[in-house]
Amino acid sequence: MVRLITHNLLACHVRGCTTNNFPLAFKDVEIQLREAEFNQDFLRGFLPKLEWRALVDTAKSLNDQSLPDTPPAPEQMDTEFLKALHHVLLEIHVEEGAMVCANCGHVYPISNGIPNMLLQEHEL
Amino acid sequence: MSRPEDQGPAELYYGDAEAQKYTNNSRIQKIQAEMTHRALELLALPPDQPLFLLDIGCGSGLSGEILDELGYIWAGVDIAPSMLQVALEREVEGDLFLQDIGQGFGFRPGSFDGAISISVLQWLLTSPSSHPNDTPPARLTRFFTTLYAVLRNPSRAVFQFYPETDDQITLITTIARKPASVVELSSTIPIHARHAKCSSVSCMDVDNEGLPRGLNGEDPNEEKRNVTFERRRARERLHGKKKKKGGIDKEWILKKKELYRQRGKQDVPNDSKYTGRRRKPVF
Repeated sequence: MVRLITHNLLACHVRGCTTNNFPLAFKDVEIQLREAEFNQDFLRGFLPKLEWRALVDTAKSLNDQSLPDTPPAPEQMDTEFLKALHHVLLEIHVEEGAMVCANCGHVYPISNGIPNMLLQEHEL
Repeated sequence: MSRPEDQGPAELYYGDAEAQKYTNNSRIQKIQAEMTHRALELLALPPDQPLFLLDIGCGSGLSGEILDELGYIWAGVDIAPSMLQVALEREVEGDLFLQDIGQGFGFRPGSFDGAISISVLQWLLTSPSSHPNDTPPARLTRFFTTLYAVLRNPSRAVFQFYPETDDQITLITTIARKPASVVELSSTIPIHARHAKCSSVSCMDVDNEGLPRGLNGEDPNEEKRNVTFERRRARERLHGKKKKKGGIDKEWILKKKELYRQRGKQDVPNDSKYTGRRRKPVF
């Protein structure tokens, strides 16, 4: 159940890997769409935390083009935009595949919807 | 009853069978629910806001279910794959991660509005290997420093854990204080007193305004009974206290003679000032 909402918060945490360690790139993914409850307040509250560029790029890599390249100003957000954001953030589940760090190349495998974030001893 | 932490690492202890047992046990479910509600009370989140929380050691999602019910969006981390599998089967809403919290978190700074951790921290007090990176202080330090980084500022994290000794509480609280200016409270929740365990809820927080009160005042004797002389007891257990021998002294002889007389035994010697004295050494 890697959703893009958590993917957008996830950086590589291998020791010494501090630059260019976000976002992790998806590889060989299997996607499932599951409906979730639409919660406008949560989305508005969460928006400042999002790294928009990374979100749009990741969504595109998962073949979802519904988001604009730059986020609209808060007063211009209509329901249509929030619905699209909701779909991208909370309804796309990555079930299988892997996430790869662009900097150090560490692979975080995803199996059964659970990413394996364990590190080796020398990566601590 | 021996403690689960002493029986091996969490990912092995909570295997398939144990994960099922743990999740289906109604007593554990009840305790987990109470602890989660108490932890949320201590988190003192602004009401009616859908916030994003981190459940550290989410296990099979017993506390996650409560977070779902209350309308929070959450992500959970746990080291035991079997527990996470059970969580998947129970269809909790949160995102799950297989992660060793002793290795630190990899989330972006300021990701979460708060964190709870129910009966997990004691697992960090045992080391998985003899590597210097794996000592309890090293693991705790990594855990707390990265945890503070991933929490929004200001925010809180609430931990409920089962310390075994006073020293462990000191270790955890000193390390927890290092990364941030921290307020900590500790309290006994009386349901565990029966098992001579004390449970602490520690609350870390960056601004210390409006911090909810701990349960400290409720039953002051309870925790005291469990922790007084904890160090001495551990030391005595280690070195083996010299037990005073119940030897034969005057008091004991008089008691025995009195007993024999009561039973009507013949030829019980009379008591005198020489009773129980040693004879002179004779060559």
